[in-house]
Amino acid sequence: MPFIAYLIVMGGVAYLIRVIPLLFVRKTITNPFIRSFLYYIPNSILAAMTIPAIFYVTDNRLAAVAGFAVAMLLAYKRKSLVTVAAGACVSVLAVELLMKII
Amino acid sequence: MEENTFKKGLIDGLPIGIGYFSVAFAFGIFALRCGLKGWQAVAISATNLTSAGQIAAVPIIAVQGSLVELASTQLVINMRYFLMSVVLSQKLKPETTVLDKLIIAWCNTDEIFAVCTGKDYRLDKRYCFGILIPPYLGWTLGTLAGVLAGDVLPAIITDSLSIAIYGMLIAVFVPAGENDRNMLMCIAISVALSLCFFYLPYLRELPGGFTIIICAVAASVFMAVKAPVGGDG
Repeated sequence: MPFIAYLIVMGGVAYLIRVIPLLFVRKTITNPFIRSFLYYIPNSILAAMTIPAIFYVTDNRLAAVAGFAVAMLLAYKRKSLVTVAAGACVSVLAVELLMKII
Repeated sequence: MEENTFKKGLIDGLPIGIGYFSVAFAFGIFALRCGLKGWQAVAISATNLTSAGQIAAVPIIAVQGSLVELASTQLVINMRYFLMSVVLSQKLKPETTVLDKLIIAWCNTDEIFAVCTGKDYRLDKRYCFGILIPPYLGWTLGTLAGVLAGDVLPAIITDSLSIAIYGMLIAVFVPAGENDRNMLMCIAISVALSLCFFYLPYLRELPGGFTIIICAVAASVFMAVKAPVGGDG
């Protein structure tokens, strides 16, 4: 199979999923249940995506736990996206370096 | 306060772009390791802008898997974007044209979506164009940098950068949970289900993208019934 076929199928699926609702859902949704559902869904998706996947993103589990804890703390203190992400990265690096030394 | 300018969009998109760069960098290295050519990895990033979907697709392409396998994987993993685009369509100003939407849809990612839906006003197309440029460039150029650098960079550095994207997601949903007890409960239910699907036998056999949808939909339906939001919700 030529690479271009994979590229078209992959990109096509990703794009159609995104573009169809944008083009064909034109009315403002007034139904209270749907509005409530749409209110709750984004953060519940992000949370389910993050936990527990974050614990397996780095080679070292302990480092990932440290990165998660620091990110949660910084986010709780309302730090910016960059600060939270950077805090998580530095924590992972610090733990991994420490474990190499010990 | 309503700040709907192109410049404000660029500013909001910049941290996302920086975050994407590091993850895209790791994706480039991953794709090379799986046997893809560097330009193929960059082409995938430039046309997809889906981290999880892309990472799942690379091994399938590397072993010359079927197109049906590839398409179904992408459908399942990216299903959440359908829900996100429904929400986003409600956030755009009514005068947004079809052509504008064709462009905006291209770059509806988890993080852009999160920032856009965090606004309490309708978004202008100029703001949308602004916010999607840094992530698109960060994602595509990050992949390019990754395949160029290859394994020159020490593994410990790329490893620690890989957590950045999750840090960004945490920076979005944690404050949302702090603001609203019902939202916090919704997040807690979603996470509890996510843990079940990850660790329990049989449940953990389900693909990750599908799992995310089940957890989030179940938690949100439950909360929408238990604690519906009124007015502007």
